[in-house]
Amino acid sequence: MAKAYTPGLKVSARANYKARRLLPVHGEVLVKVGDLVKARDVVARTYIEGDVTPVAVAAQLSAQASDVPGLMLVKQGDAVTAGQPLARSKGIFGFGKKELPSPAAGTVESISATTGQVILRGAPLPVEVKAYVDGRVVEVFAGEGALIETEAAFVQGIFGVGGETVGPIRAACARHDEILDASHIKPDMRGAIVLGGARVTAAAVKAAQAAGVAGIVAGGIDDSDLRAILGYDLGVAITGTEKIGLTILVTEGFGDIAMAERTFALLKGFEGREASVNGATQIRAGVMRPEVVVARRAGDPEPAQGARPEEGALELGTQVRLIRDPYFGLLGTVSALPSEPAVLGSGSKARVLEVKLGDGRSVTVPRANIELIET
Amino acid sequence: MSAPNHPSGHASPAIDPSRLRYILATDCGSTTTKAILVEKVGDGWRQTRRAEAPTTVEEPFADVTIGVSNSLTEIGELAGRRFIADDGTIIRRKDENDPDGCDIYISTSSAGGGLQMVVAGVVAQMTAASAKRAALGAGAIVMDTIASNDKRKPHERIQRIRELRPDMVLISGGTDGGNVQQVVQIAEQIAPAKPRPRFGGEYELPVIYAGNKDASAQVRGIFGKGFDLAVVDNLRPTLEEENLGPARDKIHDVFLEHVMAHAPGYDKLISWSDAPIMPTPGAVGDILQRIAARDRLNAVCVDIGGATTDVFSVFDGTFNRTVSANLGMSYSISNVCAEAGLDQVLRWVHIDMDERELRNRVKNKMIRPTTIPQSAEALVFEQAVAREALRLAYAQHKEFATTLKGVQQQRTVGDVFSQQASGQTIVDDMKLDLLVASGGVLSHAPKMEQTAAMLVDSFEPQGFTQLAKDSIFMMPHLGVLASVHPVAAMEVFERDCLVRLGWSVAAKGEGKWGRKCFSYRVSGAVNASGELACGDVALVRVGPEQEVEVTVEPAKEFDLGAGAGKAVTRRVKGGTVGILFDARGRPLTLPESEADRRSAVARWAKVWESAS
Repeated sequence: MAKAYTPGLKVSARANYKARRLLPVHGEVLVKVGDLVKARDVVARTYIEGDVTPVAVAAQLSAQASDVPGLMLVKQGDAVTAGQPLARSKGIFGFGKKELPSPAAGTVESISATTGQVILRGAPLPVEVKAYVDGRVVEVFAGEGALIETEAAFVQGIFGVGGETVGPIRAACARHDEILDASHIKPDMRGAIVLGGARVTAAAVKAAQAAGVAGIVAGGIDDSDLRAILGYDLGVAITGTEKIGLTILVTEGFGDIAMAERTFALLKGFEGREASVNGATQIRAGVMRPEVVVARRAGDPEPAQGARPEEGALELGTQVRLIRDPYFGLLGTVSALPSEPAVLGSGSKARVLEVKLGDGRSVTVPRANIELIET
Repeated sequence: MSAPNHPSGHASPAIDPSRLRYILATDCGSTTTKAILVEKVGDGWRQTRRAEAPTTVEEPFADVTIGVSNSLTEIGELAGRRFIADDGTIIRRKDENDPDGCDIYISTSSAGGGLQMVVAGVVAQMTAASAKRAALGAGAIVMDTIASNDKRKPHERIQRIRELRPDMVLISGGTDGGNVQQVVQIAEQIAPAKPRPRFGGEYELPVIYAGNKDASAQVRGIFGKGFDLAVVDNLRPTLEEENLGPARDKIHDVFLEHVMAHAPGYDKLISWSDAPIMPTPGAVGDILQRIAARDRLNAVCVDIGGATTDVFSVFDGTFNRTVSANLGMSYSISNVCAEAGLDQVLRWVHIDMDERELRNRVKNKMIRPTTIPQSAEALVFEQAVAREALRLAYAQHKEFATTLKGVQQQRTVGDVFSQQASGQTIVDDMKLDLLVASGGVLSHAPKMEQTAAMLVDSFEPQGFTQLAKDSIFMMPHLGVLASVHPVAAMEVFERDCLVRLGWSVAAKGEGKWGRKCFSYRVSGAVNASGELACGDVALVRVGPEQEVEVTVEPAKEFDLGAGAGKAVTRRVKGGTVGILFDARGRPLTLPESEADRRSAVARWAKVWESAS
């Protein structure tokens, strides 16, 4: 049977998108089932225990640890302000008493006669979870959060940096194979999700940071540019917490590579509309890819109709992207699926397939080196 | 450091080895569940079938036993026996003539990210290092090591603990009868951080205390509600003594009772299994220790994966394991290049490559980790990265596998004490007898010669060292099998697990390239002789069943095991590759000039190819 299964990245004009918006710890859910929410709306809120500040009272007052409880000016459970005296030494014959001011505001959690250490707990820290996408609340998890559902145009990228952001799409490049450079970034792009074509340059990112752009979606990026943007060489693809002022998402990979034409056309079709973008990428067990989500409205163009391939199935005629050199980034359709393993140029034996490329060439590649373009 | 005799610490269940004939073993990995069938064939034990299926710990399946059933079903089809009943459970043989079923089923697991721990001690180089050794030896991934002198401020330490979600915490510190205050202080910092367990947000986080026994009562007081505290014997009762057994056994117990019991489907898997399920690396360590003890060998085993590289060693009976968390060939490939430096990787490459393109290729492999090298050029680069990943992992292992730090050792003259002699690495490349390779880039290299070359270039063994690879990575299975049937485990290890590649015969010392390093003479089943200048290598084909006598005579500044300038004669059996005579010197340094380096690397590659 000429069929195999391989993972791919989703690019779809209409997808049922569900966002599970959960608090890290128990809290209050502010929405109810059926509510319509906007991406920036807060759906759940809580407070987490404040930061802990240990204070080495015995050491700082040159006292025995066992004496510390007797030296305390406050007791367990008391609220203290920064600078408030926490403890006072006995001094010598009552002279030279030394007071220890609290290094932080908080509550006295414990006083240890073994170590002479006092633990202060800071004020509770608020944690809010926003809806992230425009949609409808379809489920509420009591004390935890909510499930937001929306019909959306949905694009999975291959790699990103930076976390969740929301903004209107602005096409900076006219074509899917146009490099996104600093000259494409305009001052009125503040808060926007800038759509590039092929590779985004470090200069473009720098200009976007200066202009206050919320996010960039491009086909590729050079590793050396990424290093310049981050200030370090990324060792492991676990991202999303970078603080670089914007979110970057690439759809194809590293190097000079054009965005898939269909992806570019889809996003360009939603120019001006609010898009939710998350650069968080995690390529381990429980893989997480970056994404662009645009909630659909009535009247939005419908996706082209056609026979939908079985999800994950690789058949003759399936559209694929080649994801390894020497054909990295090229697109084509599966033209043969030989069942016998073949010897590769490297000398290894592997199962292969034949792909007819856009330029008419036919190439044989290992099955591990392609991915489906899912619709 | 541990004694090798009963590494797992678990008592063997009441199984009568004499009535066993069919043994099924699985290793539930993060992505694949690998099953093997071990059968009694004639008087001996053989591994006869293998199969694999995707691991099913994550959604949408969320039940590890589905993957196990799938892999065992396939093994059954291959073996012509039914092992899985219609209800998905394992069939046991009713009697000698039953055409279906197995006698016992056993398993290891690293699914769901394996066992993840935070360890703590008072002094980083002493009790914290011992705690780390205990955790690693039990097969854990150590997420962080907390110590009073780890150069972090207390609040930074607490913040870090808050961010981590370990499966359990191991706390050590202080010798018995020694200072109580410092270990209590560490406990006081960990408890309020309230680390949350990774699986099952509701259950209490297991904490194992293996420190100064005099502090036990206070530690119990600190870890109250929200924790499940177990107190075991101090893992460093005195500075001179390390007692990792009790802590290691407790880790295994807690792993089974808490961590695995909360992972999807593991309650069922535990009920299926006839022996305690072991963490995969723990099982590998066990089998290596048994082999080393039986054959009186010093051995090193390396398993290089996509994300991590594990190194196991046994030197003079002392076992050590390290996990280099971010040295691997796919998820971590970019980190290897960042840590080693691309120039270090490229020193192993003798063909033109564009640096910008290579950097992009590395990142593309990182974000699409399942791709494989298609061209010869891509393979050369991948194997160059592997050399550096292995080199770095081995260097980290050497740094970790040391004699006890902080031990006062008596000098030879008078009763002056010094601490300088403590904390030295116990890994001695000249004493290394057996080097075993496993993991994709090593096991699946298109040619065995490439595997041998990667091992020699990165580990730089000295003198006579046998090179081998784990044929299908069945050391985990054999490790857990050894806990119920050591004889079967050993027999299968010898006959089916190890592929003997051959020998590395390498001279220690440095000399000017072109000058004589050593001469060699091979006689017996194969006859060959030659003289090697510094910088040269030679390969003599001696097959796995061929036995030869090898004599090497080094120049006066080189050592091949008997001392500088002294000849060595040994009888050895060959391997699938043969005997590599290596006169490149130790430490192995490559020429500084780009042209000389390229020409040398090309010359060495040609020697390997000539044997293919």
